[in-house]
Amino acid sequence: MAAAMPLALLVLLLLGRKGWCLAEPPRDSLREELVITPLPSGDVAATFQFRTRWDSELQREGVSHYRLFPKALGQLISKYSLRELHLSFTQGFWRTRYWGPPFLQAPSGAELWVWFQDTVTDVDKSWKELSNVLSGIFCASLNFIDSTNTVTPTASFKPLGLANDTDHYFLRYAVLPREVVCTENLTPWKKLLPCSSKAGLSVLLKADRLFHTSYHSQAVHIRPVCRNARCTSISWELRQTLSVVFDAFITGQGKKDWSLFRMFSRTLTEPCPLASESRVYVDITNYNQDNETLEVNPPPTTTYQDVILGTRKIYAIYDLLDTAMINNSRNLNIQLKWKRPPENGYIHYQPAQDRLQPHLLEMLIQLPANSVTKVSIQFERALLKWTEYTPDPNHGFYVSPSVLSALVPSVVAAKPVDWEESPLFNSLFPVSDGSNYFVRLYTEPLLVNLPTPDFSMPYNVICLTCTVVAVCYGSFYNLLTRTFHIEEPRTGGLAKRLANLIRRARGVPPL
Amino acid sequence: SNNICFIHLGATVLGAYIFIIDQAEQFFRSGHTNNWAVLVCTSRFWFNYRHVANTLSVYRSVKRLGIPDSHIVLMLADDMACNPRNPKPATVFSHKNMELNVYGDDVEVDYRSYEVTVENFLRVLTGRIPPSTPRSKRLLSDDRSNILIYMTGHGGNGFLKFQDSEEITNIELADAFEQMWQKRRYNELLFIIDTCQGASMYERFYSPNIMALASSQVGEDSLSHQPDPAIGVHLMDRYTFYVLEFLEEINPASQTNMNDLFQVCPKSLCVSTPGHRTDLFQRDPKNVLITDFFGSVRKVEITTETINLQQGSEIMESSYKEDQMDEELMEPLKYAEQLPVAQIIHQKPKLKDWHPPGGFILGLWALIIMVFFKTYGIKHMKFIF
Repeated sequence: MAAAMPLALLVLLLLGRKGWCLAEPPRDSLREELVITPLPSGDVAATFQFRTRWDSELQREGVSHYRLFPKALGQLISKYSLRELHLSFTQGFWRTRYWGPPFLQAPSGAELWVWFQDTVTDVDKSWKELSNVLSGIFCASLNFIDSTNTVTPTASFKPLGLANDTDHYFLRYAVLPREVVCTENLTPWKKLLPCSSKAGLSVLLKADRLFHTSYHSQAVHIRPVCRNARCTSISWELRQTLSVVFDAFITGQGKKDWSLFRMFSRTLTEPCPLASESRVYVDITNYNQDNETLEVNPPPTTTYQDVILGTRKIYAIYDLLDTAMINNSRNLNIQLKWKRPPENGYIHYQPAQDRLQPHLLEMLIQLPANSVTKVSIQFERALLKWTEYTPDPNHGFYVSPSVLSALVPSVVAAKPVDWEESPLFNSLFPVSDGSNYFVRLYTEPLLVNLPTPDFSMPYNVICLTCTVVAVCYGSFYNLLTRTFHIEEPRTGGLAKRLANLIRRARGVPPL
Repeated sequence: SNNICFIHLGATVLGAYIFIIDQAEQFFRSGHTNNWAVLVCTSRFWFNYRHVANTLSVYRSVKRLGIPDSHIVLMLADDMACNPRNPKPATVFSHKNMELNVYGDDVEVDYRSYEVTVENFLRVLTGRIPPSTPRSKRLLSDDRSNILIYMTGHGGNGFLKFQDSEEITNIELADAFEQMWQKRRYNELLFIIDTCQGASMYERFYSPNIMALASSQVGEDSLSHQPDPAIGVHLMDRYTFYVLEFLEEINPASQTNMNDLFQVCPKSLCVSTPGHRTDLFQRDPKNVLITDFFGSVRKVEITTETINLQQGSEIMESSYKEDQMDEELMEPLKYAEQLPVAQIIHQKPKLKDWHPPGGFILGLWALIIMVFFKTYGIKHMKFIF
């Protein structure tokens, strides 16, 4: 036993000198980050990114030592000679109008696009086998990808990583819009992470919170990147991204206060020991405007400023690897609070009761300058009782005009008027201070076309019914109840005798 | 010395006796070395939530008792957990008041949604799968495997519906099991079915070593257990609910046998009469442990040697240096431009390969030309050539 060990050591050393086939150096690094963005509509978007960079040439055969880079994906790259792989699973749709532009959007369902190396001879065969293998890894129906839903884009989907020449023959793209995303897709995605869901930012990834969202998108991106600034050698980069949008109304009564615990039902406790960088970025662009509407707790020590997606943004940085951050309370729960609600107003609404009272809607709004404010109400048209229609129902029904009572700021300050001295046109409304004047405006009345019944219908119905009854029922009644009896012909009356007389006289046979 | 001889002889006889009893016991113990489970839910649509909950309950029990995900083929015909109508996403509950979430955090669904078809089910059982199917979707059993097959959904007398669009009959199922027997794909098989008239599905089995349980006899309906007003559907079927309660008390070391499983859910609780069939099974059900099918055989050998793993580190340093020297010689690489407008506008569209016209087109034109010349005579040829 003791003699065997040095012998084994010797053998290993000899093999090591010959080539690289025994063990690759573990030069891989992990960076993880979470970006929390309060959205204009009051919701909150959270984007996780886990990046594993592996300084290795995977084209060579015999790689067998995997450390942070997951073996399942590493074997895929070498077996199918991949240059790039992008796979995403999404549930929901990113509403750019309400939420602003996304970092990285993905189509609903599953999307897979792959660039193969130019050494691949049969791209379609590799594509089919690759989608089958991925369906086993991610528990999804990617095996339904075949020639009927695969295309080869000729101008878009250029490689996102290093590329010398781009012959689009080696690109394949497919989307399965019917694909559902659920825990069985999230679990293998989490297992690809070096710290799985045990430490670092991935402890926040709990399925029961992540799927209770308006938008959920998880993706895997593999591409070759530059290893250093001179870009003389290649590293493989694996990025796993997960974006979710938490809805203000689903997860808490419309209030816009957010915290990590409220979003994920967990807080951050320790960084991932395998990560070289582990940070949380919070978008505080609205922090310093408008009387400090957004408050972040705990207060950030460092910030990051840059132009992101066309606008200047400021982010607060919370570094989990900074020992001062976690040591204070053993866990980190970032809270966002709106100190002053963005709009204050008054709304009074009294719904209508049929044939008793009408709708009443009263709103106090502060109109921002140089803007257009639209107020809209949805309504449904209903049918009235036929006696409630006016004699000319096709004219339509009138809705009373809306009233706007406004205090408009004056350009020039006015002095208070004496009602007896000034002309009558200046004393219509009492004015308290001269900085603004009161005005009451009305809109046009609204003429609504209600669905009008056909008032001749009762008459038509009565005619038709009576005809049917008379013809059908009457005939049947007669057939069933009429009896026939033979009638003896009468022997003749007075008129007939007279007629016979005249006929005898003429010589014509009698009646 | 006579006494010693006698004692020696007595001890040998006793030893032999014990050895024979031991061997006899070994003979009647199951001879399986690995366990597999195929769990199938065949119903689609939100109101069939209970069938998915049934299957996931059995999945949960089977995993808890030791069968790993790689040995379980789970087929769910619809997605209930992330269904837009589910008020609690990513959960499937089996008890009222949301006590037990059987979906959990670590579920691996192998066949889902449209992949659950009769063809795929039979291919999984018989092993006739296309070569590119991933391992997690295959039933890689051998002749020493004990397989548990659980099916639930809507069924009738002699058939089971798959997703409301196709059926599997009891004859097809029996033939599939016979194929499995002939290909030596199982050692013993336990078939459990929870549908209406479930007993009709095991009537036609004819292969050895199959034990079958059903939730109701022919002519009876299997009923559901309890609705939940918050979710709005029935959460589980009665038979599987009581089977789950029974299984929750089993642990990997328990010695409960099949006769106890036959007693689960009598008519007073289930309203239907559960049935079972053991005539094809060689062993006596009272010698068959529940864990023979629901649990997993694990043979663990404990060793006290220590193994030192430190040798590898010196090699890594040397080979890394060789790597570095190699790559310095390459020229700098660059990223591709994402939208090179000028290049795209001026790129020529790829000409499709020219294919010669097919036989049909050639034949058609030959016919037309022949008819033309027959009608008008050969003298028109000179106008063409």
